[in-house]
Amino acid sequence: MAYTLQGETGDWEVVIGLEVHAQVTSSAKLFSGAATEFGADPNTQVSFVDAGMPGMLPVINRYCVEQAVRTGLGLAAQINMTSVFARKNYFYADLPQGYQISQYELPIVGNGTLIIDMPDGTSKHIGIERLHLEQDAGKSLHDQHPSKSYIDLNRSGVALMEIVSKPDLRSPEEAGLYIAKLRSILRYLGTCDGNMQEGSLRCDANVSVRPKGSTELRTRCEIKNVNSIRFVQQAIEYEARRHIEVYEQGGTIDQETRLFDSGKGVTRSMRSKEHAHDYRYFPDPDLLPLVLDPAMVETIKAGLPELPDAKKERFIRDYGLSAYDAGVLVAERASADFFESVAKGRDSKLAANWVMGDFFGALNATGRTIEDPPVTAANLGMLVDLIKDGTLSGRLAKDVFALMLETGKDPATLIEEKGLKQVTDTGAIEAAIDAVMAANPDKVAEIKAGKDKLMGWFVGQVMKATQGKANPAMLNELLAKKIKG
Amino acid sequence: MTELANLTIAEACDRLAKGEFTAVELTRAHVARMESLRGLNAFITETPDRALDEAKASDARRAKGEAGSLEGIPLGIKDLFCTEGVPTTAASHILDGFRPPYESTVTANLKKAGAIGLGKLNLDEFAMGSANITSYYGPVENPWKRRSDPATKLVPGGSSGGSAAAVAARMVMGATGTDTGGSIRQPASFCGIVGIKPTYGRCSRWGIIAFASSLDQAGPMARTVKDCALMLGAMAGHDPKDSTSAPMPVQDFAKALSGDIRGLKVGIPKEYRPAGLAEEVAAIWDKGVEWLKAAGAQPVEISLPYTKYALPTYYIVAPAECSSNLARYDGVRFGLRVEGKTLDEMYKKTRAAGFGTEVRRRILIGTYVLSAGYYDAYYAKAQKVRRLIADDFNRAFETVDVILTPTAPTPAFAIGEKSDDPVTMWLNDVFTIPTSLAGLPGLSLPAGLSSDGLPLGLQLIGRPFDEETVFRVAGVMEDAAGFTARPEGI
Repeated sequence: MAYTLQGETGDWEVVIGLEVHAQVTSSAKLFSGAATEFGADPNTQVSFVDAGMPGMLPVINRYCVEQAVRTGLGLAAQINMTSVFARKNYFYADLPQGYQISQYELPIVGNGTLIIDMPDGTSKHIGIERLHLEQDAGKSLHDQHPSKSYIDLNRSGVALMEIVSKPDLRSPEEAGLYIAKLRSILRYLGTCDGNMQEGSLRCDANVSVRPKGSTELRTRCEIKNVNSIRFVQQAIEYEARRHIEVYEQGGTIDQETRLFDSGKGVTRSMRSKEHAHDYRYFPDPDLLPLVLDPAMVETIKAGLPELPDAKKERFIRDYGLSAYDAGVLVAERASADFFESVAKGRDSKLAANWVMGDFFGALNATGRTIEDPPVTAANLGMLVDLIKDGTLSGRLAKDVFALMLETGKDPATLIEEKGLKQVTDTGAIEAAIDAVMAANPDKVAEIKAGKDKLMGWFVGQVMKATQGKANPAMLNELLAKKIKG
Repeated sequence: MTELANLTIAEACDRLAKGEFTAVELTRAHVARMESLRGLNAFITETPDRALDEAKASDARRAKGEAGSLEGIPLGIKDLFCTEGVPTTAASHILDGFRPPYESTVTANLKKAGAIGLGKLNLDEFAMGSANITSYYGPVENPWKRRSDPATKLVPGGSSGGSAAAVAARMVMGATGTDTGGSIRQPASFCGIVGIKPTYGRCSRWGIIAFASSLDQAGPMARTVKDCALMLGAMAGHDPKDSTSAPMPVQDFAKALSGDIRGLKVGIPKEYRPAGLAEEVAAIWDKGVEWLKAAGAQPVEISLPYTKYALPTYYIVAPAECSSNLARYDGVRFGLRVEGKTLDEMYKKTRAAGFGTEVRRRILIGTYVLSAGYYDAYYAKAQKVRRLIADDFNRAFETVDVILTPTAPTPAFAIGEKSDDPVTMWLNDVFTIPTSLAGLPGLSLPAGLSSDGLPLGLQLIGRPFDEETVFRVAGVMEDAAGFTARPEGI
């Protein structure tokens, strides 16, 4: 069921390519030793190189190169053993050198693939065109002084990976899934923390439309620097509708760079093609071509973690999970790991239900994270065991779980302390049933006369009498036997 | 005192070691000359107090037995090297008030060897020029005069014109230079001194204000081959802060001056004898060949067919890199700022006021050749030709050990001459530019005087990182030339 937008003249298809800028997880910048910590005081993490001082020279940070290679391998992409850094020249106050060191003709990573999982259970392969390393610019602060702008160079020189997709995405939903999946892979690899609020993951979207069924590629507009998945989706949809409207009124779309106003939900022109920069790319003469050591690439390859796609398949195969459940669990490496420690050697479906149900609910409710969970995997596993061996009913288990959240204690201890063990002693349950029947002869008579609905009322009364501890299956069986004979 | 200023670095090192005089005395003698010869405008910033403090410290080190290889030797520093706490201008208005909080690797190495800095030497603005007339701080005057016309002020060559003039006028014992297309060798030739542009990658570029990164190389300028060898030994070395610095061992270059060049093959490129070559220059070149033959070397005619493309290639590559390297002079963080109503206006006003004509010309050329639609026709093609020029030399060095050429097509010319047409000026570097494009070591030494009494230099070109052979041959030629002439009155 392809995504189409209805116009007055017919259905339109959206063509989307994404450029994701992912900040490389590294304690030092791409070409200087300065620190990269987020949120430091302005201009406290700036070396002479980052400030573009005369005579300063860049020296490549080996770790950032390894991170780019790791990411390339994680995206099943071609690793280019020789790549070249180029200068992208333009003037701006927060670009101290007057150029950004980037990669142009020869990026470090070439063609790759990313698989997105559609909600209908199908999956789609999205082409990755390239990944290149580049340095970030500084930040201009225009709201600190009535007539001047302030410049913070802390970010200047920080290593970014620009990951460019092919124009293979066809809906805002696919774009969202692509970003989420890319972020998930980056986090698994530990090459980018994926934090969109802090700007360590930013997205430019290239959007064009075409009549449904057509294969042409029409003029695209680039929407710059969108910083949440939801905004990317809104921006794409707005932009696509804008294109359709222009075309249907007989107009043409100009290639241009646009900005998304998240407050108004609209995109607006930032600079037109005529004002587009001529970046005058040329190989940076301060840096030699980057030649990778094959042994280094092999070492990184051997050390790659199991990635979401492989993990998902394994969860489906080994734990018998549905594709959907497996997909949810593997989205974050930490939740996948948490699930595995709960599920190992236990009823995996029961474990999955508890992790995705009550446990995820508790994370939301408490605002805690999976790295600092309100209930440990060991304790949740113990709870699953206690349900499985009949010590706890489902209902009791929920009560115990609530107590676990409250106290942090393990379920066995709580059951002991609160006497919450399920009653499976036939005699005790029968006694409780007898007491309720003796107190309500009229209702017993009604059931016998055929009013089966009242059975539920009896179950409730007996549960109440046993403080919920009666084993529900046994209670039902005994009650039926006693009343109906 | 003047006698001290006439010593070579090697002699001064020996006599300082013997305790015949102190670094303070040697420094005072040079400070006196620096002050009395201010009219040459060789210095942009003089640092006599600092120099005397350093000289005292140097004498103290020597007393403790910790003397370095250039202990107590007063030098001048081309004002393209960043020097910590000392104004560094690149002879440009745009660096007004800039005091680097760091020291370039080369000058730091010289300091470590015990050298004393007398001050910062004048140059063409951002090292762009061949006559030292583009400096914001005014032209430098060559201490040499025409015999026939002693009143006319001559250029010292460029861009390291202040360095060459100061060395020739005995204001400093040696000086640092930088060479992008001939900026050490051509002024050395014009001022009758020795200067070597070592192999690209020999000296760290860290802390040297960049002109054209793939060509810029620091080197020494002094009055003898041995002095240059001593200085280069202290300046050179691998620097992890410069990715293009070569991880090569630094030889004892002075030791290479064995005087024995028997059996060495010396290439004489036929393309270096263009139609307009001054007769005197051609004659001194022939004389050079004779000296080498007499010393047992074997001259071999070679061909460097792509030579004629070197100049146009250089004037694409160097401006392209300069247009990008000079983008950082934007008025935002250091140096000159001329306020404007908008950021763009501030940029325009600052850069218009800050850069001189020649710098602006090269930025414009460089911006043009890198522009979309022109890149392939100019920059990409120039890079290919550059490769061919380097291949010319590689082929030649399969059969010869060193190449001998003139350094410059003419002796020094008058200030104001050749300045109408930039291309005529650029022709000064026709013999030095191919070496720069190929990254090879090139040394200029004084071989004799023109009929009008001006020094003429010859250039020796070596294999990559084979400065030793270059120095060895230069040493033999220096002895043969017996160049003892000095500028009138010096």
